[in-house]
Amino acid sequence: MKNSVATLALAGSLATAIATLAAPSAFAAADKEKCFGVALKGQNDCAAGPGTTCAGTSKVDYQQNAWKLVPTGTCEKMKTPSGMGSLKAGPAPT
Amino acid sequence: MISSSLPRGPGVGFKPEHFAAIAAAPQPVGFFEVHAENYMGAGGPPHAQLGRLRADYALSIHGVGLSIGSMQPLDREHLSRLRALCERYQPESFSEHLAWSSHDSVFLNDLLPLPYTPATLHHVAGHIDLVQETLGRQMLLENPATYLTFAQSTLEETDFLAELVRRTGCGLLLDINNVFVAATNHHLDARAYLARFPLTAVREIHLSGHSETVDDQGAPLLIDSHDTPVKDPVWALYEEVIARTGPIATLIEWDNDVPEWPVLRAEAEAAGALLAHAARHEQAA
Amino acid sequence: MRNSPPSAPLVTQVAFAAAVTDPDRAVPAGLAAWNGGVPERRFAVYRNNVTVSLMEALGARYPAVRAIVGADFFAAMARLYVAAHPPRSPLMMVYGEDFADFLAGFEPAESLPYLPDIARLEAARSRAYHAADAAPLDPAGLAGLSPEAIAALRLAPHPAFALIRSVHPVVTIWAMNEGEREPGPIEPWEGEDALVTRPHLDVAVHRLPPGAGAFIAALAEGAPLRDAAGHGLAAAPEFDLSAALALVLASGAFTGAIDD
Repeated sequence: MKNSVATLALAGSLATAIATLAAPSAFAAADKEKCFGVALKGQNDCAAGPGTTCAGTSKVDYQQNAWKLVPTGTCEKMKTPSGMGSLKAGPAPT
Repeated sequence: MISSSLPRGPGVGFKPEHFAAIAAAPQPVGFFEVHAENYMGAGGPPHAQLGRLRADYALSIHGVGLSIGSMQPLDREHLSRLRALCERYQPESFSEHLAWSSHDSVFLNDLLPLPYTPATLHHVAGHIDLVQETLGRQMLLENPATYLTFAQSTLEETDFLAELVRRTGCGLLLDINNVFVAATNHHLDARAYLARFPLTAVREIHLSGHSETVDDQGAPLLIDSHDTPVKDPVWALYEEVIARTGPIATLIEWDNDVPEWPVLRAEAEAAGALLAHAARHEQAA
Repeated sequence: MRNSPPSAPLVTQVAFAAAVTDPDRAVPAGLAAWNGGVPERRFAVYRNNVTVSLMEALGARYPAVRAIVGADFFAAMARLYVAAHPPRSPLMMVYGEDFADFLAGFEPAESLPYLPDIARLEAARSRAYHAADAAPLDPAGLAGLSPEAIAALRLAPHPAFALIRSVHPVVTIWAMNEGEREPGPIEPWEGEDALVTRPHLDVAVHRLPPGAGAFIAALAEGAPLRDAAGHGLAAAPEFDLSAALALVLASGAFTGAIDD
């Protein structure tokens, strides 16, 4: 393989990685009390995702036509000066 | 068969966002209730939280996805998941709804109504038998909030429930908000409904809020939205019920626009005060 | 016992289910209200309950996608998804697994080509949240291995492990819509690889340095460390093996060595 890594270099890298971990404050564990899988509003939602419900909803499905709408969320703010930030568009000119 | 045995005090439907507040201090509630389907993942925070709650409080596992009112066979895989969950947490109670939510393997995520006829009664009784056999425990069946009726129905809902109790030995979960919502929606007297309700089979009561709209003809149409405090007419019906039955485990349910924990705790304390009053009344009698 | 008219139409659950999921269908005959007439608004309560609750379940699983496109667009898109891909399980936690694929083919959103990868990242996070508990690999257990054993070392991914490789800045975009960073122009617009882990109870998303995505992908497929490192170097000449290994060990991405 062209990009082979020597056995000794591998061992050295692993030793370095383990030493990094042992050093205090490197990758300090996140505050475990913060979340127990829960978080305050506006913070990381801890990926809880949808829960079930046994209630009805008073919200109404207005049946808007997606084909007549355009996305208007934060995508507007994340635009690069070149417009849509796709790779096809290439790097944004500065 | 294990009987339903919740403490005859107030309880609250558990929401993960309240975990930290609940765990921080002893709470004035006798039990927590969770939806079974939210604890059917393999691991992670849901089980860590439920295990911690279970250590300190009685537990009610409330299913929302078994589709007991389906005219098709019960989902055996889901039944197995329920059995595993009950074996793991040994809840004081397991309950489900008189409703259906699955059809041809599509899950509709709502508690849909069924007509009340001898044929549907026979079918639902068979499902309850299977659930109780599989779980090795008595289950509680909850009366539904409904928005329309079936022309084909020949039985009153209260008679339908009473006959299910007689045939299967199941207990009942009386949702008093559902009674008020359905009575309003069907232009019936909630007190007359409760007078016919088989109250001796009730092992748990649900209380929650609802929202108001109107039907095609401008008549009031209430929606069982669980997004407000318990409303006064529902509290009034509740007081009347527990004056007759004595204290019964009573759950505050709040599922949409869920407030901070102290709001739910205060609702539970309000139910607790009425339960204490009913208990004193019972002793004096 | 009430007497129903002998002619009362039977509403089957087949008919109810078909009408409740399709607003263009008529309310099934035989559904009634005390005040007569066709109970359109009453039946609409059930239609709303079914469709809106599933749209909201999708939004709860894909909050960053919703923030990116906005609430109105998301609702319009979600209701089409719900109609075409209703849940097959009563477990809402698994609903919307194939939302990313739906987005990839959804023309009204094609101006946002990064959207499917954001959905893949969010789906991976919720899978990680519910994944089985497992202790992550203890680095101390690797300390005594011979250089040959290290070169041949193969690792088992943690149940919560996921790797999302993207030609878009998927972690930066996600973080901007998760309240961690203010949304703003992203320059340069470069591909990013995301490592999702849950070593204990908190789901974590790591933005990977150059080459680490290829390295970790190979490791996760069971390649020996020697070969995986080669993949990392091949993907990026500046690949830093020590740093990538440190991240692999610190993030809890793997549970232990695979014995041959």
